[in-house]
Amino acid sequence: MANLLLLIVILINFYTLGSARLVACIRGVALQGALLALLPLATHGPTGHALFLGAGALLLKGIFIPLLLLRTIRQVRIRREVEPFIGFVPTLILGFLVTAGAFIFADFLPLAYEHHEGLYVPTSLATMFSGFLILITRRKAITQVLGYLMLENGIFIFGILLSAAIPLMVEAGILLDLLVGVFVMGIILNQINREFSSLNTDRLTALKE
Amino acid sequence: MLLLLILMPLGVAGLSLLLPWYQTRSWLLPLGGGLHLLLVSVIITGSGSITGLWIGLDPLSRLVLVVTSLLFFGCSIYAVGYLNLRRDRGNLVIVPCLLVFLSAMTLAIVARHLGLIWMAVEATTISSAPLIYYNRNRLSIEATWKYLLLCSVGIALAMLGLLFIAYAALVGGTMPVSLQFDTLLSGAATLSSPWLHAGFVFLLVGFGTKMGLAPLHSWKPDAYGEAPGMVGALLAGGLTTVAFLAILRAMQLMIAAGDGAMARQALLGMGLFSLLVAAIFMVRQTDIKRMLAYSSVEHMGILAIGVGIGGVATFGAMLHLVNNALTKGCLFLSAGNIHRAYGSKKISHVQGAVATLPISGGLFLAGFFAITGSPPFGLFISEFTILRGIFANGQLWVGLLMLLLLGVVFIGMGGTVLSATQGEKVKLETGFKDSFLLVAAPLVFLLMVLILGVYLPEPLQKALHEAAALLEVQP
Repeated sequence: MANLLLLIVILINFYTLGSARLVACIRGVALQGALLALLPLATHGPTGHALFLGAGALLLKGIFIPLLLLRTIRQVRIRREVEPFIGFVPTLILGFLVTAGAFIFADFLPLAYEHHEGLYVPTSLATMFSGFLILITRRKAITQVLGYLMLENGIFIFGILLSAAIPLMVEAGILLDLLVGVFVMGIILNQINREFSSLNTDRLTALKE
Repeated sequence: MLLLLILMPLGVAGLSLLLPWYQTRSWLLPLGGGLHLLLVSVIITGSGSITGLWIGLDPLSRLVLVVTSLLFFGCSIYAVGYLNLRRDRGNLVIVPCLLVFLSAMTLAIVARHLGLIWMAVEATTISSAPLIYYNRNRLSIEATWKYLLLCSVGIALAMLGLLFIAYAALVGGTMPVSLQFDTLLSGAATLSSPWLHAGFVFLLVGFGTKMGLAPLHSWKPDAYGEAPGMVGALLAGGLTTVAFLAILRAMQLMIAAGDGAMARQALLGMGLFSLLVAAIFMVRQTDIKRMLAYSSVEHMGILAIGVGIGGVATFGAMLHLVNNALTKGCLFLSAGNIHRAYGSKKISHVQGAVATLPISGGLFLAGFFAITGSPPFGLFISEFTILRGIFANGQLWVGLLMLLLLGVVFIGMGGTVLSATQGEKVKLETGFKDSFLLVAAPLVFLLMVLILGVYLPEPLQKALHEAAALLEVQP
C-alpha cells in the first residue's frame, strides 16, 4: 500500500516536471500533497498521531495551499505557459536522471534494517531533487513556490519514517509555518504582478553587483 | 517566566492591531521592547540556568537573549521617531510584525527542542518578510522575494538536517528517537556517525543561509539594502546571532559525539570564505547599506572562524557576538538617518554627512572605526583575542590571511564611508533634523561598544566564559 502511494508520488513528479500548464502543475502538487496525507496511515496504522498528521497534511498540502495558489493565478490572470529556462524534454530527462540517481544513492545509505525494503528514502530523495529542479529551471515566481512545496513534500516523506521524533505540537507548528509562509509568498506574488505586470523572475534583476 | 517572555510580545502585537491611534501604536514598540528587556534582566539575575523539556536557558542562550533584547529595545525607541517621519507608509503592519518577530526570536533562543528551534526560526523568516517589504517599491519586492525564497529553501534543508539527526538516533538504536536537545546531547556518543555528519552539514547549510555565511549570503545585500535601517539593525544584529546559535547547537552535538574537529573545520572554511567574499565586494561599494550588509557577512565569517579555532578564540567569538550586534545597531540606525536626510543611500548623493548631520554622520563614522576593529572599541579586543587564539593554535597562515582580509575590508569600507561623511556641508531638501529619538539608541550602542573595549565587567566576563565552555570538549 505504502509503496504504491510512493510510486504514484514519483509519477506526479514527472507529470509536474513535464507539464506546460500552470493549473495542471498546481493540481499535480495538490494531488501529491493529498496522497502524502495517506502515507502516515499506511505506514503506522490508524494511531492518533498518524491521523493528526494525515489530516493536517491533507488540509494544508492538499486543499488550502493549492486553493491559495489557484486564487492567486486567477487574480493575476495567468493560465498557460510555465516558461522554463530549459525545454520540457531536457527537464524530463534530468528528472529521470535524478530519480535514478536517488534510487542508486539510497542503496548505499546506511539505513536502519527495517527501511531497506521500502521505497521511502529513494522517493523522498527523488521528490526533493525534482523540487529543486523546478526551483532552478522555471522562470515564473509561482512555479518557484511549487518547487519549494515539492521540496517540502520530499522532506515530509522522510519525516514519516521518524514521526516519533517530532511531537504533535511541533508538527502542528511546522505545518502552520508552511501555510503562513506560502500565504506571505502569495501576497508578495500579487505585489510582484502589480508592480511589474508579470510574474517572471527575470524582471527581478535590478539588485546585483 | 520564559513562557511569559515569548507570549508578552504577541499580546502587545495583538493590542497594536486593535488600537486606532498612530502615535500610540508606535509607542507600543518601546513598551513591548522595554517589558522584554525588564523580564530578561529579572530572569538572568535570578537563577543561573533554567532547564526544561521544551524551553530552557543555558549560558549560550542567556548571552544571545540579553544581546537580542537590548538591541530590540534600542531599535524600538528609534522606531518611534522613524515611524513619525514615515506617516505616509502607515504602521499597522510594521508594528505587529516587529513584535511577532521579537517573540519568534525569543522562542528560537530559549527552545530546547530542535524541532521547536526550527519552527521558531522559520517564523522569524515569515514575520520579517513584511518588514523588508516596508518601502513597497520594485526594489523592495525583489529583495523580499529573494529573502523569502532563499531562506525558506535554506530552512527546509535545515529540517532535513534535523531529520537526519533523528535518523542517526534511530540507526544508533540505543536511545529513544527524540529531538529534545538534552536527550540528544546525553546520548550523542551512540548516534550513527554518517547520519550525524550529514545532519550537521545540512544544518550548517540551512541555518548558514539564514546567518548569511558565504556562499549562502546572496539575499543579504538586497534585503539589508532595501529594508529600513532599524530592520537592517535587527536582522544584522539579532537574527543572524539567533541563526548562529542554532549552528552552535549543532556544533555542541558534534562535540558531544566526539566529532568536534570536523565541525570546526567546516566552520573555519566557511568563515574564511565569508571574509574573502566580503572583502572583494566591499571595495568600491557605492551603496552605504549594501556595504553594511557585506560587513555583516564579514563579521559572521569572523564569528565562524573564532568558533572554528576553539580555545581562547571561542571566548573571543562570544565577545565578538556582543560587539557585532551593538555596533551593527549603531551603524544601521545612523545609516537609516543619513538615508532619510539625503533621500538616497548612494555615495554619489551622500556627501559631507558629518558636516551636515553632526550627530548621525559622526555616529556613522565612529561606527565604521568600531566595526573595522580599531582601538579603543570592543571589536578590537574581540578580534585581537580571536587572532591570538589562531596564532596560539599554530595556524600561522590562517591568521595572516585573516589579517590581510581585515586590512582589505578596512580600506574598502573606509573608501565608501569617508566619501559619504567627509566634505562640505550640503543643503538638505528633505528638511531632516537629528532628533533625540533618532540618535539616542545608536549613541548608547556605540558607548556600550566603547566601554566593552576599555573595561569588561566581571559578570559579563563570567557569562562569556560559561558560554564558551559549552563549546569546548568536555572531558
